Amino acid sequence: MAQTQSEIRYLTPLSVDVKKKKYCRFKRSGIKYIDYKDPEFLKKFLNEQGKILPRRITGTSLKFQRRVAKAVKRARQLALLPFVTDLMK
Amino acid sequence: MNHYETVFILTPVLSDDQMKEAVEKFKALLKENDAVIVNEENWGLRKLAYPIQKKSTGFYNLLEFDADPTVVKKLDTAFRRDEKVIRFLIFHLDKFAAEYAVKRRSLRSANKANAAAAPAEDKKEANEIKKEN
Repeated sequence: MAQTQSEIRYLTPLSVDVKKKKYCRFKRSGIKYIDYKDPEFLKKFLNEQGKILPRRITGTSLKFQRRVAKAVKRARQLALLPFVTDLMK
Repeated sequence: MNHYETVFILTPVLSDDQMKEAVEKFKALLKENDAVIVNEENWGLRKLAYPIQKKSTGFYNLLEFDADPTVVKKLDTAFRRDEKVIRFLIFHLDKFAAEYAVKRRSLRSANKANAAAAPAEDKKEANEIKKEN
C-alpha cells in the first residue's frame, strides 16, 4: 500500500507556491494623503474600464482605500480620469 | 479660517489674455472677501478625459486659499454664474492634505528655482564662451 502511494506520479509537477503576503503600500511607504491631481498614480488602482479595484486585489488597507476612492472620484470630476472607458492602459 | 483648494476648468475658446482676466476676476473676488491666496497654478491647456459641453480640452487653474467658510459659497455662485467655467471643484484641505500641499509647494518652487538657475548658468557659460572667443 505504501509503495503504491509513493508511485503516484503527476503529469505536471505540483506547484506549491507560497502566497505572497499583500500589504498596504500607503502604510508601508508612509503616504498620508493621496493626491487627486496625479492621474498616473491613481491609474494603479483602476482596472481597464476605469473602475476602482477592490481591496482584495490591491491589498490597500480600509483607511487608504477610502482615500483612494475619494481621490479617484475627485479626479473623475475634473476630467483627469474617465468615468468609463475601454483599454485605459 | 480654513484651508481650501479649488481647481476650475475654463473653456478652450478663450484667448490667453481672456483666461488670465477670468483668473484675476476670481482672485479679486477672494481678496474682497478677506481670503489669503496661498498658491496659484496654471496647468495650461490640457486634454479632458471625457468631453464636457462638447469640448475636449480646457484651461486648468488651481488656487489655494485660506478663508472663512462663508467665502466658499460666494465663490461657488461666482463659478456657477460664469459661463467661461465649464467645471470646478472646491474643497476643504484636512491636516494631511494641508501638509501635502505645503510639501508640494516647496517642491514646485524648488523646481522652478532650479529651472530658473539652469538657464542663467547657461547664459553665464555662453558669455564666458563669447569672452574666450
